[in-house]
Amino acid sequence: METNGGSTDVARVLGEIETLKAAKSDIDYRISALEAQLRDTTVSQPQTDTVSNGSYRPSSAVDYGLSPDMIYRYSRHLLLPSFGVEGQSNLLKSSILVIGAGGLGSPALLYLAACGVGRLGIVDHDVVELNNMHRQVIHTEPYIGQSKVKSAAATCRSINSTVHIIEHREALRTSNALEILSQYEIVVDATDNAPSRYMISDCCVVLGKPLVSGAALGLEGQLTVYNYNGGPCYRCLFPTPPPTTACQRCADSGVLGVVPGIIGCLQALEAIKVASAVGEPLSGRMLLFDALSARIRIVKIRGRSSQCEACGENSTFTQDHFRNFDYEKFTQSPLSTLPLKLNLLSADSRISSKEYKEKVVNGEAHILVDVRPAHHFRIVSLPNSINIPLSDLESRLPEISSAMKEKEEHRGSNASSGSNLYVVCRRGNDSQRAVQALHKLGFTSARDIIGGLESWANDVDPSFPVY
Amino acid sequence: MQLTLEFGGGLELLCDSVKVHNVDVVPPKGSEKLIMKDLLSWVGTNLIKERPEMFMKGDSVRPGVLVLVNDCDWELSGQLDTTLEEKDVVVFISTLHGG
Repeated sequence: METNGGSTDVARVLGEIETLKAAKSDIDYRISALEAQLRDTTVSQPQTDTVSNGSYRPSSAVDYGLSPDMIYRYSRHLLLPSFGVEGQSNLLKSSILVIGAGGLGSPALLYLAACGVGRLGIVDHDVVELNNMHRQVIHTEPYIGQSKVKSAAATCRSINSTVHIIEHREALRTSNALEILSQYEIVVDATDNAPSRYMISDCCVVLGKPLVSGAALGLEGQLTVYNYNGGPCYRCLFPTPPPTTACQRCADSGVLGVVPGIIGCLQALEAIKVASAVGEPLSGRMLLFDALSARIRIVKIRGRSSQCEACGENSTFTQDHFRNFDYEKFTQSPLSTLPLKLNLLSADSRISSKEYKEKVVNGEAHILVDVRPAHHFRIVSLPNSINIPLSDLESRLPEISSAMKEKEEHRGSNASSGSNLYVVCRRGNDSQRAVQALHKLGFTSARDIIGGLESWANDVDPSFPVY
Repeated sequence: MQLTLEFGGGLELLCDSVKVHNVDVVPPKGSEKLIMKDLLSWVGTNLIKERPEMFMKGDSVRPGVLVLVNDCDWELSGQLDTTLEEKDVVVFISTLHGG
């Protein structure tokens, strides 16, 4: 009875949430339409005012095209002697594209919208997920499952309805990059992978756009401005892409939320400096941030390289070259951040998570080795698994041997085929590497669980935590 | 020669997760001075504990590693031929891509 009542209740609440969400999205749409209408009228209003009201004596801010509302909104900028009306006016006329509405893009977009950039573009193809929320502070819970661009644009509009926000809900590719980037004066790279960084830098070089580039991982961040005022481009600094093993992702290595927050804020600052023509942008220099030791180091980097394949003197890199350049092949890594899916083993050396579940239910004697790093194992693990990280596998083989021996003794003399040895990891890549190593080391019966703990959570036990 | 060596951007993981190393490096036999090339081979032998290919490629650093001598890109001071002085600070940093 009680369970029944509970489930009807859940269904009713879910239904109500759906109805409310639909109503909300309708209201959001109507609000943006009205805001657009309002923008059109406020933009044209100052001129008509000046014309119709002859006694109105224009101040210099008005000469710069700032309406009374704008003067009030940006008054604290106007009060800065080194920024002032001129800086703000430059900003209001500028256009900035932020590529990536994630950890770096979130704070960058918040400040760029707030400060009054004239036109602000956002590119991303991804949707908001719960595990983004600790750092991607532009998104709010109701937008989980929805487009990051839609979510970021809504926040930007609610902060500053006078900024023209342009949504590019698509992945940046060589096929659309020229068209998108050419609509803006300044580009902010807030992406999370090596091929995108090369692609965006090259595109900025062929279009002659300054590039504000930031990166963050773990507890460190880096920042510089490329292709600006005789400074280097990304390829001048890194002519050869790094090995793929050196390109860690936040989804694998982790990141303290505030670290990309700080770098993203600094990206907004550099973009504002370039847009308003105020100060000395970070060109020819790089900022290195180490959160753990509270250290910021600003280093001098090389200038534009005459040998650079993209921006060098004899470069033949044109828009056509760009369109046909294969960045995934060049960097040996995918433009999207989809996790790697290795396929190293033959089918008989692998079992699915469902098959493994059956073996557990049938009480089959076996050993389960979890080869994730110890700090992953501490997050969550399967019952009765032994944690031997992949990097320690060889030195800790005796532990596997003795565990298997113990199992066999437990089963008694009828054990003829020996205990089974299974290997699991987070997603099913390291487990294959481990099984390959185990086969070579004599554990020929070792098999891995396809798709790792992620598959266990998806296909066997939905209550098992994923991370 | 007393030098301070720093590793960042994940390179510290190759040397027991220690970021700052205060070291004493002597110039190779028959040479008066210590150059970056000598220092790299010294680092490879004495500090890098695992996956040396993540630090070196040939006789230089692998692609994606920035080398800074006293906060200045080694490209500006002669790369492998940069002469080191007493108390110099050399930073090895791997470029980050995350966001």
